[in-house]
Amino acid sequence: MAETMQFDLVSPERSLMSGPVTSVQIPGADGDMTAMPNHAPVITTLRPGVLKVEGESGTTEYVVTGGFAELGEGLSVLAERALPKADVTAEVLTGLVDEAKAALEAVKANNGAVDDAAKLVADMIAVGSEIGVSVS
Amino acid sequence: MPNLKDLKTRIESVKSTRKITKAMQMVAAAKLRRAQDSAEQARPYTERFNAVMGALAASVGGSDSAPKLLSGTGSDQTHLLVVMTAERGLCGGFNSNIAKLARNKAAELIAAGKTVKILTVGKKGRDAIKRDYADHFVGHVDMSEVKNVAYSDAQGVAKDVLERFDAGEFDVATIFYSKFVNVVSQIPTAQQIIPADFDAPEEDGASTLYDYEPDEEAILADLLPRGVATQIFSALLENGASEQGARMSAMDNATRNAGDMIDKLTIEFNRSRQAVITNELIEIISGAEAL
Repeated sequence: MAETMQFDLVSPERSLMSGPVTSVQIPGADGDMTAMPNHAPVITTLRPGVLKVEGESGTTEYVVTGGFAELGEGLSVLAERALPKADVTAEVLTGLVDEAKAALEAVKANNGAVDDAAKLVADMIAVGSEIGVSVS
Repeated sequence: MPNLKDLKTRIESVKSTRKITKAMQMVAAAKLRRAQDSAEQARPYTERFNAVMGALAASVGGSDSAPKLLSGTGSDQTHLLVVMTAERGLCGGFNSNIAKLARNKAAELIAAGKTVKILTVGKKGRDAIKRDYADHFVGHVDMSEVKNVAYSDAQGVAKDVLERFDAGEFDVATIFYSKFVNVVSQIPTAQQIIPADFDAPEEDGASTLYDYEPDEEAILADLLPRGVATQIFSALLENGASEQGARMSAMDNATRNAGDMIDKLTIEFNRSRQAVITNELIEIISGAEAL
């Protein structure tokens, strides 16, 4: 049996998953990475993306919108918002994209740095194509 | 002596009051369970968040380039007090305790020559604070439409606070809320959120050295605003649970008092009824004797 590590996925409102897993693919801000047992300790921020969790009972996927991951003894992902992939319908995703777009508009209106906000919108849309949900 | 009819209506009215307080108590009990659940659900996130932030703050905190949210603006002249209370009353001393704590703090700061600005969340706190400190009032966040506190609500409040901070409106922010201990005890609490005040992680030999991706400062800059939102969120949840707990025990007391009152009034009613009968008998007997 493959080696496992403790994995927790928590959002501010609830804890979504907690248990042993063999590997987790994390959408890090600087690029995706896969965390496996005995990985060197890392703290990374997340971009909107898909979190792939390989457990003993198969693969579970979650859509996260940001937050950070702490990889130490085990892995804890603290997501700003996390939803099981099945719950992310076109409607939900459109809502998220609209939110990101609204944030972009707000930044534009304040003459702020649009790079981050623009990236957020792009990331959100990319999530859609990754999980096969189109944004209307 | 009040007449019989008055007493009877009085008893009826106290009885219907008791019905209302009893119902409110039961509603509060049900809501309390929900509020406690969501407070408990949020706890792992807050705990881990604070642990990571504590570690980060300890490693970056000393440097000059530390973000202002962590190190402060270098002065503590202007204070922002964020007073979080309930939207509704009838919950014992809940709202007034928080307001009292905030008022004391405000008075203390003003006496020390500081500038005080007050932002309220929840209608009851606004009403209580506005009476004394209307000049210091800078804003109000309306939560009357919110049934169950969601993270996005906390984000809204946090955004408001952060925008004011970025605009240089204040140096230090403190939130006032009530910590939920159990149904009969809620502790009004003041907590400083800006500059961030994390408990330093315990220094044990096994503390892990993390790699940071991107670098520590970028992570910190990204996380600190979230830290504000997280702290406000957990305060809102604690407040929600405290409010329902306070209301539950207040309504429990009210129900019991109404019961006592009904007993007392019933005794009085019976006494006066008997007195009336005795009087009538005396009249009849003395009438008969006079013949």
